[in-house]
Amino acid sequence: MIMNVFANRWGKLGAEILILAFIFLFVQYFITVGVFNQYHQIIITSLCINIILAVSLNLINGFTGQLSLGHAGFMAVGAYVSVVLTKFMGMPFLVGLVGGCLAAAAAGFVIGVPTLRLKGDYLAIATLGFGEIIRVILQNIEYVGGPAGIVGIPKMTTWGWLFAGVVITIATIQNLINSSYGRAIISVREDEIASEVMGINITSYKVLAFVIGAFFAGLAGGLYAHYFYIIKPETFNFLKSFDVLVMVVLGGLGSTTGAVIAAAFITLLSAALQAFPAIRMIIYALILILLMIYRPQGLMGNKELSVKILGKIWSGKNDAA
Amino acid sequence: MLELMQQIVNGLSLGAIYALIALGYTMVYGIIKLINFAHGDVMMVGAYVGFFSVSMLGTNIVVAMIFAMLACALLGVIIEKVAYKPLRRATRIAALITAIGVSLFLEYTTIFFLTPQQRIFPQGTFPVQDYSLAGISVSNKDIFIFISAILLMVILQFIVKNTKTGKAMRAVSEDKDAAVLMGINVDNTISVTFAIGSALAAAAGVMIGVYYNTINPLMGILPGLKAFVAAVLGGIGIIPGAMVGGFILGILETLVSGYGNSLYRDAVAFGILILILLIKPTGIFGKNTGEKV
Repeated sequence: MIMNVFANRWGKLGAEILILAFIFLFVQYFITVGVFNQYHQIIITSLCINIILAVSLNLINGFTGQLSLGHAGFMAVGAYVSVVLTKFMGMPFLVGLVGGCLAAAAAGFVIGVPTLRLKGDYLAIATLGFGEIIRVILQNIEYVGGPAGIVGIPKMTTWGWLFAGVVITIATIQNLINSSYGRAIISVREDEIASEVMGINITSYKVLAFVIGAFFAGLAGGLYAHYFYIIKPETFNFLKSFDVLVMVVLGGLGSTTGAVIAAAFITLLSAALQAFPAIRMIIYALILILLMIYRPQGLMGNKELSVKILGKIWSGKNDAA
Repeated sequence: MLELMQQIVNGLSLGAIYALIALGYTMVYGIIKLINFAHGDVMMVGAYVGFFSVSMLGTNIVVAMIFAMLACALLGVIIEKVAYKPLRRATRIAALITAIGVSLFLEYTTIFFLTPQQRIFPQGTFPVQDYSLAGISVSNKDIFIFISAILLMVILQFIVKNTKTGKAMRAVSEDKDAAVLMGINVDNTISVTFAIGSALAAAAGVMIGVYYNTINPLMGILPGLKAFVAAVLGGIGIIPGAMVGGFILGILETLVSGYGNSLYRDAVAFGILILILLIKPTGIFGKNTGEKV
């Protein structure tokens, strides 16, 4: 009976909206009645921002197969532009966020067009270089505070904004991947030469994925800036990009649900090990090395966790019992 | 004009350091096509070994450098055997991610055991003296770095060109499978390459300690990245290219901080990298090879 509802396309959409509304109201209720205190809210915020970062980087690294190490740079562009719009120019938060996203996407375009001609490790280093150049440039602009950054950013990011951000990011990227554009993007990852022969313009699809990934990194940056009160260029150095990379690799290159699960895991792990930053980084390092040696495809490989699979596991268990 | 000459002379010792680190990158890349991200951190470990050798054992700087080179040669071989060898047949992205993991591991293990604070070489490790030559001032620090770097490069060149091991290294980097058929022990050759590259990095680490006088656990990141740029600039996988690239980068960087804005110094390297990748990705000495289907 329930399966029939899920089988129906509109029913499925309705069910998804119901589940999302439930999650949203559930957390909102806990925040309102004070079960989730300040500390919990910070973790929830980091969690949502990390999910946006991981899912968007996964589009570039996982689905398109282009190793980018400059994600923190786009996050920085989004953060700075949105703060300039809201704090310095007095625009509403939504305008600031969208402006930040568009600026990050533009940066992604400017950087992507020349660098995406490069392959593999060259591309990785070039994106790393661009990410660092963005940081150095920000350090040298007095208008945005130079190395000291901007302090006293109004706190506008709420659970509602975060939730909307996560849902929009995942929905956009999932729908993109399931469209004909998505199939072209995946074919570029699988075999560039073969897809070129099939008439796919590989550079334009790479740039498309790169720009969309940068757009959502900008969203994460805007949300971050308007929650944590202060931004400075140092926050967005390449270690931040590596952070996101660990999530994507752990979750499985090319699995959105994997990226979400890994982002959640890494966020909670960081929160638990907050007092021991060195140990946290050592664990990250070991995760990377051991994963690459023993399970290079990550937790999920390129599979997705879905209601159907869960249902299968569930009914399988019932049969066994 | 005199000032320009002075800046170039200043850049030479920095360039020599970059060149030494770049050699390790280039040798490893030449032989297993891996960007060894952890190379800068091996250099950092070398600097620490040198530091403890000077401050705890009371050796002079040359002995400290030899200790550091031996320790890092061993470290390089261990890294290769534990982390990179199982991935020799894996994708290059997987190997690159592993290298990033090794890099983070070395940095934060050092922070965990030795605290993140920076350490200063003890007073009198290297009594600095300035000489003036035709209006250009040179310190004995710079002369020491320059001469020992050149000496190491000459030794390396000799090993690669004139010994059996060097011949094996060149053969493996040319064609690994053919080298196996010729009876070359590829595993040992790769280990030797890592040992030599890491020893050069360790020497560079001690030199950076002398140059800046301070060391810290994250000191390897930026010089490591810049040396990589130097290797790409000269043509990655080509040994003379790494030397030339290192000197060019060191001099350019000194010129930018001398004449322009020193805050942009770190952007120079990446700017050069992107330019070179766009104009001639194979580097100054590289040959263009077509893509085979």
